[in-house]
Amino acid sequence: MIPELGHFALILALLVAIAQGVLPMIGAQRRDAALMAIARPAAHAQFLLVAFAFGCLAWSFATADFSVELVAQHANSQLPLHYRLAATWGSHEGSLLLWVLMLTGWATAVSLRSRNLPAALLARVLAVMGLVSVGFLLFLLFTSNPFLRLIPAAPEGRDLNPLLQDPGMVIHPPMLYMGYVGFSVAFAFSIAALLGGKLDATWARWSRPWTTAAWSFLSIGIALGSWWAYYELGWGGWWFWDPVENASFMPWLIGTALLHSLAVTEKRGTFKSWTVLLAIIAFSLSLLGTFLVRSGVLTSVHAFATDPTRGVFILVFLAIVIGGSLTLYAVRAGAVGGGAGFAPVSRESLLLANNVLLVVACASVLLGTLYPLFLDALNLGKISVGPPYFDAVFVPLMAPLVFLMGVGPVASWRRAELPDLWTRLRWALAVAVVTSLLLPFALGRWSPLIAFGLFLALWVIAATAALVIQRLRQSPQPGLFAKLAANSAAWYGMILAHLGIAVFIIGVTLVKGYEIEQNLTMTPGQTVRVGDYDFTFRGVTPVNGPNYSGFAGAIEMRRDGKLREVLRPEKRIYNASGMPMTEAAIDTGFFGDRYVSLGEPVSEKGHEGAWVMRVYIKPFVDWIWGGCLLMALGGFIAMTDRRYRLKVKDRIAAMAGAAA
Amino acid sequence: MKALRLLLPLAVFAILVVFLWVGLSRDPREVPSPLIGKPAPEFRLPQLHAMDKQLSTSEMKGQVWLLNVWASWCVSCRIEHPLLVELARTKVVPVIGLNYKDKNDLGIAWLQRYGDPYSISIVDADGRVGIDWGVYGVPETFVVDKSGMIRYKHIGPLTTEALERKILPLVRELQNA
Repeated sequence: MIPELGHFALILALLVAIAQGVLPMIGAQRRDAALMAIARPAAHAQFLLVAFAFGCLAWSFATADFSVELVAQHANSQLPLHYRLAATWGSHEGSLLLWVLMLTGWATAVSLRSRNLPAALLARVLAVMGLVSVGFLLFLLFTSNPFLRLIPAAPEGRDLNPLLQDPGMVIHPPMLYMGYVGFSVAFAFSIAALLGGKLDATWARWSRPWTTAAWSFLSIGIALGSWWAYYELGWGGWWFWDPVENASFMPWLIGTALLHSLAVTEKRGTFKSWTVLLAIIAFSLSLLGTFLVRSGVLTSVHAFATDPTRGVFILVFLAIVIGGSLTLYAVRAGAVGGGAGFAPVSRESLLLANNVLLVVACASVLLGTLYPLFLDALNLGKISVGPPYFDAVFVPLMAPLVFLMGVGPVASWRRAELPDLWTRLRWALAVAVVTSLLLPFALGRWSPLIAFGLFLALWVIAATAALVIQRLRQSPQPGLFAKLAANSAAWYGMILAHLGIAVFIIGVTLVKGYEIEQNLTMTPGQTVRVGDYDFTFRGVTPVNGPNYSGFAGAIEMRRDGKLREVLRPEKRIYNASGMPMTEAAIDTGFFGDRYVSLGEPVSEKGHEGAWVMRVYIKPFVDWIWGGCLLMALGGFIAMTDRRYRLKVKDRIAAMAGAAA
Repeated sequence: MKALRLLLPLAVFAILVVFLWVGLSRDPREVPSPLIGKPAPEFRLPQLHAMDKQLSTSEMKGQVWLLNVWASWCVSCRIEHPLLVELARTKVVPVIGLNYKDKNDLGIAWLQRYGDPYSISIVDADGRVGIDWGVYGVPETFVVDKSGMIRYKHIGPLTTEALERKILPLVRELQNA
């Protein structure tokens, strides 16, 4: 009964979505207030219906109702409750339902937070989101119904993929989807602006906090995915340039470009049509990501559920949404116009360079990801493009970007003077150069790449510090606290996000430069020295989990003879799937991780004898994800900026704008 | 001129859609190999762990064997690898590893790290044998029967399902034939 109710709610949601997508759009065109007013309640109703459907599916998982096919395929009565709930979005159908839930959630948030928007703009924004939702609901109901019954019911379910039975995996997809789907708001704002023909600084101010929110969620989502790959896959790597990773990274790159170009549109009224195009591309790449992950056109580690017939549907949907938006762009963007001019050396030019580099980087990732597909389609054979390509292309694009990051915030709008920039940044440059040349000696080994990586990070930190000091010194307020309070939340958010990049680069540089990886065969009692640590193997003991059994090793880790930690890596076999899994044991620290994972038993004595083991020393590896969190935190802080909450005066201006 | 510039994104997208459309009709996992039911292409390749020794197709005649194509640069190979290691332990069927377009030291280090499931590893550094065998991407797994015919080909990482439902039943059937 419960699944049928959920199914029914989804059908109702589709009808509401159609109404939300069509009627307010017509209303906005005809200036019919009654039709436009439908948008808001429709968005709320749709959200409630989809949330109800999602609740029904979660209920079926929680009660382990194996008469629902999806539950039977992705859960098992031995699976603990929290993973059964997480399994709700662990499958293709469930994750799409989560996607729609988020989409309707974002639309509801927009309708609640945008009481000051001109009625026509709000109606169009919600209508566009309604239309996107129509596509996804059709997709769910016709090709991926999560509520299909299995008759007769299965006595026991297959299990959730063991790789996904992990706390990181429980929150990774919701965060990632919050980001993916969040770009739909910026997209809807852009389409609404193109339709209405009105695109100005106010428009940019409205779309900015939404874009920043989406970008921050996406940053967290990607970081979580990378962290999960690091500790769960047991290879000690954190980024593999896998098609699915790339699919989430491309919208992030374009989203980053969009954040910066929106800043220019808001402050200077320039880059307008470019900003609109970026917003369209960011959301298009989110859709493309879904297509790549769900259609199976590319082989990937993440290909958990793929089905070519679904691919056809998504591709048609993609063609309509993206093709339609780009056609609209081609027709209407000319009317939107350019904006004020700027000198070759100015904050505008620096942000333009930022945009170009990010877009080119994204294009190169897209090319690398789809290259195997292109070659195949042209009958030139099938190939895989690996990390060497991405490293070779990506790093040279990012290095100048990071360098400019230090200069951009210091440069003035419209026109900056090179001598002035030099005066303001020379100390930061000197500090960065000297420290990065000397620091590797202190860390143990000097290499040009390490020094270069450190230089980029230290340059960002020093230039940002110079910016803060100069800003505070010049502000007229008396006292440090007043000076600090005089700056906007958006400015602090920017500072924090830029420092996050620096922290991230430090992590990447030091872990690449100084990591130690050892593959050992160890007999119980044996001690091996890796880096500064002594590892003593104390044998393995059998473990029995709720839905798996296996062995846990005990490895004592000592530094200078003192016991620091007993690491217990596990080797599990999951009952339902028979899938072997490696659970690495990680001793996490501020300055790096000690990482032990259990391989295979190698001696005649079976598990009581020697085991193959991998021991990694990963200096500063957690800074990689720490940097990402700082970036996201910066985004969230920037979002709270006072100027995004319109004042009465602006509200009147907005209404006047709508009437004109 | 300006109008053309605004059309550019649409044009790029249109090309992309065409490629994605063609890509869809070519599911990378279900490409039928023209080699199935044909004699396995001859090779004579050096062994990874003893480059002075060689292995040729004819030496494998008389037994059912698997050829697994892998490389240390291939991420998906790591996904299927635990299954191969598990399979090797059961000693049901010999697995020959074809180290494809790889560097020898990297390949050897990789096997030390993740376990070596292969009865013999052979080196196809320039990918020539890969072309003969119609290798589309890495990893791929071929089933060859006693008379040296290719009977089945699995594209992409092996799964428990593929092993238990297709490959192992086929191997048993061929061994009893």
